[in-house]
Amino acid sequence: MNILVQALAKPSAVQADDAAPSPRRAYQRLLQQRLLLGLAMLAALALLLLIALGSGSYQLGPSAVAAALLAGPSPADQEQLVAAQVIWSLRLPRVSAALLAGASLGLAGAVLQGLLRNPLASPFTLGISQGAALGATCAIVLFDAGALHAVGTEAMTLQAPMSVVGLALAGGLGAAALILMIGTLRGLTPEAVVLAGIALGAFASAATMIVQYFASDTQAAATLFWTFGDLGRAGWSEVAWLAAALVAIGVWPLRAAWHYNALAWGDDLARGLGVSVARQRLIGTAAAAALAAITTAFLGVIGFIGLIAPHLIRLLIGGDQRFLLPFSALAGALILLGADTLARVLIAPVMLPVGAVTALLGAPLLLVLLLRQRR
Amino acid sequence: MLEIDRLSFSYARGTSSKAVGRHGARGAFCDVSADSAVGNRRPLLLDQLNLSVASGELLAVLGPNGVGKSTLLKLIAGLLPCKQGRIGIDTTDLSALSRRERAQRIAYLPQMTEIAPVTVFEAVLLGRLPHLGLQPSERDLAMVDTMLCDLGLAPLSGRRVGRLSGGELQKVVIARALVQEPRLLLLDEPVNHLDLRNQIAVLQSIQALTRAHALITLVVLHDLNLALRFADRFLLLGPRAAVTTGRMDVLASEAVGAAYGIKVIRGEVGGQPVMVPVVSAAS
Repeated sequence: MNILVQALAKPSAVQADDAAPSPRRAYQRLLQQRLLLGLAMLAALALLLLIALGSGSYQLGPSAVAAALLAGPSPADQEQLVAAQVIWSLRLPRVSAALLAGASLGLAGAVLQGLLRNPLASPFTLGISQGAALGATCAIVLFDAGALHAVGTEAMTLQAPMSVVGLALAGGLGAAALILMIGTLRGLTPEAVVLAGIALGAFASAATMIVQYFASDTQAAATLFWTFGDLGRAGWSEVAWLAAALVAIGVWPLRAAWHYNALAWGDDLARGLGVSVARQRLIGTAAAAALAAITTAFLGVIGFIGLIAPHLIRLLIGGDQRFLLPFSALAGALILLGADTLARVLIAPVMLPVGAVTALLGAPLLLVLLLRQRR
Repeated sequence: MLEIDRLSFSYARGTSSKAVGRHGARGAFCDVSADSAVGNRRPLLLDQLNLSVASGELLAVLGPNGVGKSTLLKLIAGLLPCKQGRIGIDTTDLSALSRRERAQRIAYLPQMTEIAPVTVFEAVLLGRLPHLGLQPSERDLAMVDTMLCDLGLAPLSGRRVGRLSGGELQKVVIARALVQEPRLLLLDEPVNHLDLRNQIAVLQSIQALTRAHALITLVVLHDLNLALRFADRFLLLGPRAAVTTGRMDVLASEAVGAAYGIKVIRGEVGGQPVMVPVVSAAS
């Protein structure tokens, strides 16, 4: 985070000692600073990656991590076998899932906040998480899928078979589809979409409670456990799904960044600039909802990333969506990986579910951001 | 040349240009019965409007609240579908154009806009969107640069739009409309919320730019005296689809009085034509 702060401090210093450059030069310099910030975030991410891969009950230094990565999953050297095992089959899937899920949630949050012109919009406010939770709960309780397993004495894992993932995905996407349909009836205005999302989220939560009420103790515990977002559920196949979703869906909002810039000024102004407002809002919201739903279905509810990452970036670089969207994804990856690493080492050997840590750290951070927010 | 040919429209559901105003001024003409030639059950706001505006001409669109001024601008800008009548610029029928093509010819400034958290330069650069490739070219940047310098906004170019004063913000929004390189400039109440000095400054620059770039400019105004001062011609919309149009010097107090439903006297103060409403003490 230090790198971020330094990059933040830089622009004002540059502007102060320069005698009024032309607006165009000043703008080009601003773009360069933003690219530098992007590079700084990538560097921070690489650094954090090494730390995350090295920390845990089997400690590895950065050089050992690098060596294990280079040697591949099945090294010829027998001495490296343990390190390879730990890195390639335990930590790398988890860390990759953190990067992909963080990027997906950060991007989804940025898209939703931009398109709905609401700084508090996130997969939560749109009811996507609640819809996914309802789906997972139904799978666990009604179809008796998913069982809790104690790992040693300090950790619990939820074995989530594809039926749980599938129903959670259906729940999240179904909620999003319903919200967009209701919103479309009212001309797809931001207000209509947000209100429909809040109402549907409350409905899904209530339905989840009713299903839980009829569940057995262990089933109820499993449903509760599902809602704690946990990166430990990710294996290589989950990582592959998350990566495919991020690439296939993420390109749509990124390509439409200029249109989102116009939408920030209101629907009528955007229409006057030739933007197809309803189409952009429909595609963008659907893309964000799909990213959030897929992430949630595989890993459970991970809150606040989608809310905080865009806020943080907007504070640093302003609202140009060409930068805001990709940087929010980067910031989301950084935050989630950082939070997960913290969750693993904070009270080791207990691994806290990362969803709880993000909410715990995110809520105060969000308050600070909101209190010092200027337009 | 903007040519409007037999344009008619009524209040359709959902075309309300303002969120407020479900009641109030609109109610005054909702009782117009369905005797229009079109056979529409809803009252016509505008019945067979014919209008042409030449390049370099500034037309003031006048009339009371809810009479359809904003709706007219939205129809011309293509935000609302034009069902009856024809609108064309320079022999091009607007209905034949795509969104992007229309945006390359028409700059539309809605009444109220949201404010994005971007710098002045970025806000103005957005006006290049209808002409943009994937990224802004050197020409796009140069054009924004020139426009900012021309309008005296260069010192503000790195500032967040949210920290500007009302007058400065209005200039930014107009600068954006101009870098759109429009033939037709549609401004919906551009001087609302501005102080006296800024009202004059903004309208002066609109007038000068209209002449300099040979634009066709339509401005919705509520202040009759500003209209008298800066516009070349007027389009006065009244209740029951009444329309008066002409040069500013024939804007008669009777027509204005009938449109607004209030007595108005036209006179002259210090060589300036003025219009003053007369309110008797009894009422």
